[in-house]
Amino acid sequence: MNTVATRAVPSAELAGHDEGVGLLPERLSGLPITPTDAVGLTERAGALAKRSIKTTAKGAALTLAVRCMDLTTLEGADTPGKVLSLCAKALRPEPADPDVPAVAAVCVYPELVPVAAAALAGTPVRVASVAGSFPAGLGPIGVRLDEIADAVQAGADEIDIVLNRSAFLAGRYRQAFDEVAASKAAAGHAHLKVILETGELGSYDAVRKASMLAMAAGADFIKTSTGKIGTSATLPVALCMAEAIRDYADAEGRAVGLKVAGGIRTAKQSWQYLVVMAETLGAPWLHPDLFRIGASSLLNDVLLQLDRLGNGGYPRPDKTVV
Amino acid sequence: MSGPSDRLPATRPDAAAAAEVPERVTGSAGFGPDCYAPAPEGTDLVRLEDVYGLFIGGEMVPARSEQLAPTVNPATGETLATFSLGGAEDVDRAVLAARAAYESHWRDAPGSVRARYLYRIARLLQERSREFAVLESLDGGKPVKESRDVDLPLAAAHFFHHAGWADKLDYAFTGASPGPLGVVGQVIPWNFPLLMAAWKLAPALAAGNTVVLKPAETTPLTALLLTEVLQDSDLPPGVVNIVTGDGATGAATVAHPGVDKVAFTGSTAVGKEIQRTLAGRGRRLTLELGGKAANIVFEDAALDQVTEGIVGGIYFNGGQVCCAGSRLLVQESVAEVVVSKLRRRMDTLLVGDPLDKNTDIGAINSAAQLRKISELVESGVQQGAELYQPSCALPERGWFFPPTLFCDVSPSHRIAREEIFGPVLSVLTFRTADEAVEKANNTPYGLSAGIWTEKGSRILWMAERMQAGVVWANTFNRFDPASPFGGYRESGFGREGGRQGLLGYLDLHGRQAAGGDR
Repeated sequence: MNTVATRAVPSAELAGHDEGVGLLPERLSGLPITPTDAVGLTERAGALAKRSIKTTAKGAALTLAVRCMDLTTLEGADTPGKVLSLCAKALRPEPADPDVPAVAAVCVYPELVPVAAAALAGTPVRVASVAGSFPAGLGPIGVRLDEIADAVQAGADEIDIVLNRSAFLAGRYRQAFDEVAASKAAAGHAHLKVILETGELGSYDAVRKASMLAMAAGADFIKTSTGKIGTSATLPVALCMAEAIRDYADAEGRAVGLKVAGGIRTAKQSWQYLVVMAETLGAPWLHPDLFRIGASSLLNDVLLQLDRLGNGGYPRPDKTVV
Repeated sequence: MSGPSDRLPATRPDAAAAAEVPERVTGSAGFGPDCYAPAPEGTDLVRLEDVYGLFIGGEMVPARSEQLAPTVNPATGETLATFSLGGAEDVDRAVLAARAAYESHWRDAPGSVRARYLYRIARLLQERSREFAVLESLDGGKPVKESRDVDLPLAAAHFFHHAGWADKLDYAFTGASPGPLGVVGQVIPWNFPLLMAAWKLAPALAAGNTVVLKPAETTPLTALLLTEVLQDSDLPPGVVNIVTGDGATGAATVAHPGVDKVAFTGSTAVGKEIQRTLAGRGRRLTLELGGKAANIVFEDAALDQVTEGIVGGIYFNGGQVCCAGSRLLVQESVAEVVVSKLRRRMDTLLVGDPLDKNTDIGAINSAAQLRKISELVESGVQQGAELYQPSCALPERGWFFPPTLFCDVSPSHRIAREEIFGPVLSVLTFRTADEAVEKANNTPYGLSAGIWTEKGSRILWMAERMQAGVVWANTFNRFDPASPFGGYRESGFGREGGRQGLLGYLDLHGRQAAGGDR
């Protein structure tokens, strides 16, 4: 374990945050945080979901969904063999059709990062690792920072951590902010994705505050969910976070990415999220550098739909590679 | 990122373009609102006649006037069908048919029987909703997603709602013995052709009246299709008569001595004309006229949802809505941010083929309306307001107008005072709530208003002071058959919808006057 050297903020300093209580996200981010009206937000998300995506637009969306995908396996039953076959699929999702692009990244637990890193070395597909006491994100901060640094050391290009919701919901915003900042430092050159676990935040106002707080603390991406609790990504949550990203880019001139994850299984869902991105943040965000979909089973449905667009009929589901 | 307290609280709206986006990712992604593939709704369900007569006494009959006119698709300029311009003699026949149906059975039909027909009409509308939605968009130019998601569901809901009232009128007005008025003459506009027919017919029939309805001359087709629904519902002949035509037909309808009550939705100028015609005749009248609604945004509001609300408020149905939020009053401290968000949102609006399911703004209803909009926008530019229109390509054929925003608007400008009835928004600012009230009420109209703030007490404080028949809080253009809709001052009088709407079609002591319960 390499420990203290990689930490931006000593854990002892992060332990006491009494002075941070009541320091609001607005102060921490230095930005006004506009409220979110749940009725208007869900109405707008519903309208975007109804966009009719046909023919050429569907083809472009499906191809983009593949390019933006974090092909994920986060199971206790994961084996090196399973990760190796996932990496092969990530590089060449449709062996019969070289026009189908590679996915953005393969996302695994830290234990399997060396396997994925070896398999993907020299390819454009990145290795993403969850870290920081995933999926709770509530372990001792020193342990969490060590895990981040270790995963990067083992070859992870991207780190997915979980926001400390305990601190955030208790109003210890300073602590939540500092922990993200320290995680960013611990990740070094690796990209940091901060999972807000929106299903536990209780309101869109809280989602917006957490988004601003994570971005101000240095997150490269903000991400909806771990996929490990009942409520994962929804279209309104993604829209809420995209609006926060837009405000942050307006004020700070820095483009932060959005990752939606959990429960996204169908090709139609994937293009609904792309519509939200396209009509909220615009063309720059329709790129794996700024948009990701974390999913395990989605890819197969997207491939089926792509095949159908090409051939005009639904292929057999068992045609896709596991 | 760590020393935030001394930062300016204001955002810099134009910074997004300069955000640190990697060079290679800029430019078109091959996906997005600028390159959605066409997704046209099919027109195969819609079957049109070449020539339409009038619906009198339960059947389609040729107009005695022998006058015909074309109705055109405003998105292409092509003629869809030819319909009859009812003359005075035709209106007379229709009123006689309505009178006969009223006296022979309809006024005496139990409420539960009237309800049965209204339920049938509602269900038949739902069953044929796609057909109606497509025809509404073909004839009127509104985006099919609006006719599909707003006009048709609301039209059916109005029939359902009033079906429920028909046998409960005694409970709606306790201590009274409500009865019908008689024959009602109804004249409706072109912006929501079927929905306005539903708003007018449903309460009139629920209350036990019979009707002569005059649809607008540019959009007669869904009312004519509705005659099939009325026939399929077995509604007795003469209870509803539909006489298509132009202004002369409407004038003959409202002036007919056999009409006991007149209901009109349309322009303030015509409304005043009707009021003059009926003055001193002891005739019941309700008017739903123009508007110049203020959408008032306070600095603490949810600004992204505000942006959607403003867009929905003024660009819904291309702004051809009497309650459209055509004046944006925004608190000065957030004016720059709101306008920036608004402009960016306007850039994603899709203007074009009304039948495309992705179209946000369809065609302007008629060439005359397009001329009026263009003329008022021209006046805005000449009077010194700052114009913004996104660079969207408009179709080469048909009547279209891009979404338009005017900043630096003074309350004295024509665009701030006159009803434009098009996709044109004027932005004014205010500093205090008192100033917002003063500016919002500074109009001869008084139909609707919107208030956007997260502070509940301020919503109530503002709503008390708005001289408008409808006040929306943190939303806009929301309609429900249970909620009364109508205006103040030059926006008219009377309500449509809910218990209050029934009042316009009832004589509260009608049964006593007629000699007790029937």
